[in-house]
Amino acid sequence: MNTPLVEVRGLTKHFTRGGGLFQKGTVVKAVDGVSFSIDEGETFGLVGESGSGKSTTGRCMLRLVEPTAGEVRYAGEDVLAFSSSRMRAARRHMQMIFQDPYSSLNPRMKARDIVDEPLIIHKLGSKQDREARVAELFRLVGLDPAHLDRYPHEFSGGQRQRIGLARALALEPKFIIADEPVSALDVSIQAQVINLLMDLQQRLQLTYLFIAHDLRLVRHICRRVAVMYLGRIVEMGDTEAIFASPAHPYTRALLSAIPVTDPDAPRQRVDLDPDSVSHDAALVEVAPGHLAAVR
Amino acid sequence: MAADVLLSVQGLTTVFDVGATPLVAVNDVSFDIRKGETLGLVGESGSGKSVTAYSLLRLVQPPGRVAAGRVLFQGRDLLALSEKAMCGVRGAGIGLVFQEPMAALNPVMRVGRQIGESLVVHGLASTRQARDRAVELLRAVKIVDPEKRVDDYPHQLSGGMRQRVMLAVALACKPPLVIADEPTTALDVTVQAQILDLLREMKRTFDLSLLLITHDLGVIAEVADRVAVMYAGRIVEEGPVRTIFRAPAHPYTQGLLASIPHGRTGERLVAIDGVVPNLAHLPPGCAFAPRCPSRLAECERAVPPDVRIDEDHRARCVLHAAAGAGAGR
Ligand SMILES: Nc1ncnc2c1ncn2[C@@H]1O[C@H](COP(=O)(O)OP(=O)(O)OP(=O)(O)O)[C@@H](O)[C@H]1O
Ligand SMILES: Nc1ncnc2c1ncn2[C@@H]1O[C@H](COP(=O)(O)OP(=O)(O)O)[C@@H](O)[C@H]1O
Ligand code: SF4
Ligand SMILES: [Mg+2]
Ligand SMILES: [Mg+2]
Repeated sequence: MNTPLVEVRGLTKHFTRGGGLFQKGTVVKAVDGVSFSIDEGETFGLVGESGSGKSTTGRCMLRLVEPTAGEVRYAGEDVLAFSSSRMRAARRHMQMIFQDPYSSLNPRMKARDIVDEPLIIHKLGSKQDREARVAELFRLVGLDPAHLDRYPHEFSGGQRQRIGLARALALEPKFIIADEPVSALDVSIQAQVINLLMDLQQRLQLTYLFIAHDLRLVRHICRRVAVMYLGRIVEMGDTEAIFASPAHPYTRALLSAIPVTDPDAPRQRVDLDPDSVSHDAALVEVAPGHLAAVR
Repeated sequence: MAADVLLSVQGLTTVFDVGATPLVAVNDVSFDIRKGETLGLVGESGSGKSVTAYSLLRLVQPPGRVAAGRVLFQGRDLLALSEKAMCGVRGAGIGLVFQEPMAALNPVMRVGRQIGESLVVHGLASTRQARDRAVELLRAVKIVDPEKRVDDYPHQLSGGMRQRVMLAVALACKPPLVIADEPTTALDVTVQAQILDLLREMKRTFDLSLLLITHDLGVIAEVADRVAVMYAGRIVEEGPVRTIFRAPAHPYTQGLLASIPHGRTGERLVAIDGVVPNLAHLPPGCAFAPRCPSRLAECERAVPPDVRIDEDHRARCVLHAAAGAGAGR
């Protein structure tokens, strides 16, 4: 049994929407008691429909938003108890890459400076050291160091995603949260970036939390996966086990909705009957290592 | 033009007058859609799918303009019609569904009125009848409680419901052809599946022809009868959906199909190397040449011919030029 690198217990984030002086706002339970753990070197998938709380879970884990309740442990340490300076140091080990390679890079900075910035913030190395390191990072993600002085708009979407990745890797993190890293990319470019993520994982012993919409992709790269629905995990386990025998009605609907790239394959759509989901059902083990929130 | 052809696009070319030389967004595009048939138009972003759709409906705005081609619809060339006649074709002849229903719907008009509006405009119904028709159409696109929903504003509906409303708007005048530009791209997979089911059903009940634009080959496999693959403004391959998925002829189509993840955990994906070309800097010959694993020296000399591989299957690639029966249409 491996020791988990990351452990999340009862993570909860409630947002209050609307409301004012005389009115109470409505509470959105974006994340509602989520627990999972990720082993070192593993790729753990998080899937679910839009608004189910995937990104909020990731952001809470890095404290980019403060969770309402719960526990996040990284290498055994309680991340939520860290002081802000301790947290800043911890971010060296935990990085996030985002869906949109267009808006997540500062358009007025050269690629070189985008990748260099975290090194400056963390005061790592002399100017020459950093220059060499930035060029090395550029090569690591498959970019040509001759293009270091270009601006983000001079790169294609896939190349911009590589710049974001080079920046995330600058501090030699062990754990990366990839929030839909290829959703905004062209189909022919997605595979390049996914292959790169897998290569880097091997070379640098990285651990990934991989947030995604595309279940075909998740099946390809995640050994284990959790399915979120309305802020909660409704099913979790080995990816192959879940694809083979989904137990929760939402998972069944989700898997049956994957477009089949075979015009002759039979289509058996399972529609989700919202009444079939019991919202207070706890996760129970339906098979060894395979949990589902079913009665 | 064969008797059952509803729409025949011939040599359509649309350019944008930006910079020194015009940008050719749609380059000598030809295809037919038969009655009751769904043609899937697939390609990456910027390949010219939307501009093709807008060109057919004459909705291209300056600096864009249709530079050449014919668009024969029900025997008339749409590019030669008066603007007034063209207004009649939009809605009554060809319905349009966009990717972003929120941008296409009027936010301050109740959905029932938006659905009924074109009926009234085209003189097909009175205001009173239009409302009843709107309720019927909402029921047809499977909106629960259509009598109530008819008075909702777009923001009161979910993304999937808005796309259903868009479809109801497009179907209001019972057009024989609907163009759907990435109708499910902004939706969750589960909602996408429902909308695709609905499209298939509407096709049957309304006896529709459909031009379905998407970047997702999965969507194509689900709904299309035939497929046209676009790359850098040109159709590089066209054929029946089964042929395209079983025996793709063009290296780009082959690469696209191979890059879909279908293996098991941990396998590397098959990627197409290189980047999607910039239309302003296209290579002289085949636009796919810089990325093509089968490239020959002659590929970079001239644009490859449109080769007919068999009766219903063509590809723009020199690999087939020797075998094929000469240039396509
Ligand atoms: N800053 C915020 N203020 C208020 N509500 C928020 C905020 N951030 C997120 N939410 C709400 O929390 C819920 C979960 O959002 P989240 O972004 O985590 O979803 P997601 O699963 O990542 O969705 P997507 O697949 O669309 O990216 C949604 O209802 C969202 O509207
Ligand atoms: N208003 C415009 N001005 C200049 N170029 C445009 C305009 N609209 C589209 N184009 C160009 O036309 C090409 C095709 O665009 P489009 O049809 O929207 O692609 P897609 O296949 O993603 O739908 C793109 O390269 C784009 O840059
Ligand atoms: S024409 Fe040549 S470069 Fe173009 S797709 Fe065919 S083989 Fe490849
Ligand atoms: Mg998100
Ligand atoms: Mg488009």
